[in-house]
Amino acid sequence: MTTIDYLALLAGAGNTIAISAIAIVLGSPLGLMLALIRWAKVPGLDGLVAILVSLLRATPSVTLMLLVYFALPVLGIELPRVVAAVSTLALGSMAYNCEIWRGALLTFPKDQLDAAKAFGMRRNLRLQHIILPQLVRSALPALVNEMTLLIKVSPAIAVIGVTDVTRAAVRIGASTYQPVPPFTVALLIYLAIIGALVLAQRLFENRQLAGNAA
Amino acid sequence: MNFHGFEIVWSQRDEMLSGLALTLQIVVISSALAGIVGFAAFWLLVQGRSSIVRPMKTAIDLIRAVPFMLLCYLIYYGLPSLGVTFSNMTAGVTALTIYNAAYVAELLRGSWKAQPPEANEAARALGFHGWKLVTRIILPPVFLDAVPMLGNQMIQVIKDSAFLVIITVQELTYSANEIQATYYVPFASFICAILFYWILCLGVEGGVRSLVRVAESRR
Repeated sequence: MTTIDYLALLAGAGNTIAISAIAIVLGSPLGLMLALIRWAKVPGLDGLVAILVSLLRATPSVTLMLLVYFALPVLGIELPRVVAAVSTLALGSMAYNCEIWRGALLTFPKDQLDAAKAFGMRRNLRLQHIILPQLVRSALPALVNEMTLLIKVSPAIAVIGVTDVTRAAVRIGASTYQPVPPFTVALLIYLAIIGALVLAQRLFENRQLAGNAA
Repeated sequence: MNFHGFEIVWSQRDEMLSGLALTLQIVVISSALAGIVGFAAFWLLVQGRSSIVRPMKTAIDLIRAVPFMLLCYLIYYGLPSLGVTFSNMTAGVTALTIYNAAYVAELLRGSWKAQPPEANEAARALGFHGWKLVTRIILPPVFLDAVPMLGNQMIQVIKDSAFLVIITVQELTYSANEIQATYYVPFASFICAILFYWILCLGVEGGVRSLVRVAESRR
């Protein structure tokens, strides 16, 4: 492998991180929205969301990727590759995030809500000041876990031709006839990304524990 | 939107169903193998000497931090340069087995660690020992508690099996892609494939639910 090959892998890493990050930033709040719809039992929408989430959670990311990339143009929507990649990952992430947020909402202590109501807080205020701050804390480990899962399915974007780490490694392997070195470097890159996420979560949790103790 | 695409997919149902059959075959074989290998790894983890346990833990953590698709490429393209060659199907099943066995070992270990020690102690006090203690007292609750997680892992196998399209295993996603490429009906063909994946996953969930009912009644 030459220096250029290493640079190509690093550029791929940049794409992997950027696309996954955007997908997470889109997927988390969308998931929260779906979770709130289910939690509030909005008539009609509730069942629809449940079906959508179940369907998306059962869909392999490669299949969804191919569907979004090939089928949307037929319906008259032309998407650049990168946008198709981000939206597919965000859709999958949204479904998983919905379940995480919903789980956190279902275990939310009811007495706090009753107390907030007794103080005359309106629904939005309750959500904003009582529920959300605690929700983020209790859902954080699961959310980070979901982020690592997202990174691990992100090579699916290579299938539609986005040059992420995996695709860069495949290309280098194909041109040098030595697939093992680029794949090994790719593996180390993924380890570094996922390791960094897990580490960040631990630091955050420790800080929270310290904050709670003080 | 019209249903013309679905008519074409219906006319190509043989190809779609053969893809579904291969996906099913891959999932069943890989899950069974991953279960066996994962159980063996779990047993070594809880019973083995620390000289075995430590490198195994590192290996399991390593596998769990790698994207499945990369492992798939490594096995299919990487191993031949070390002198080992596979058919794409064997490579795919091997990759699925290794990848998921690591998760199975880890979740069985989690279930093992969560078991209260009383049953074990009581059984010993009643004279159980050796093989009988393990198979009658120790392992049943470990498995029964792990059933929902094992089910989730099997759903993961179903979803990961779609990645095998990249090494041209002719499974469900491959069939759907072939049909869409030939007749230009991407919407209908991929929607059908996704519905099949959904049915498979719902089937696993249903199976898990009935097994959990058995577990509850045994408690």
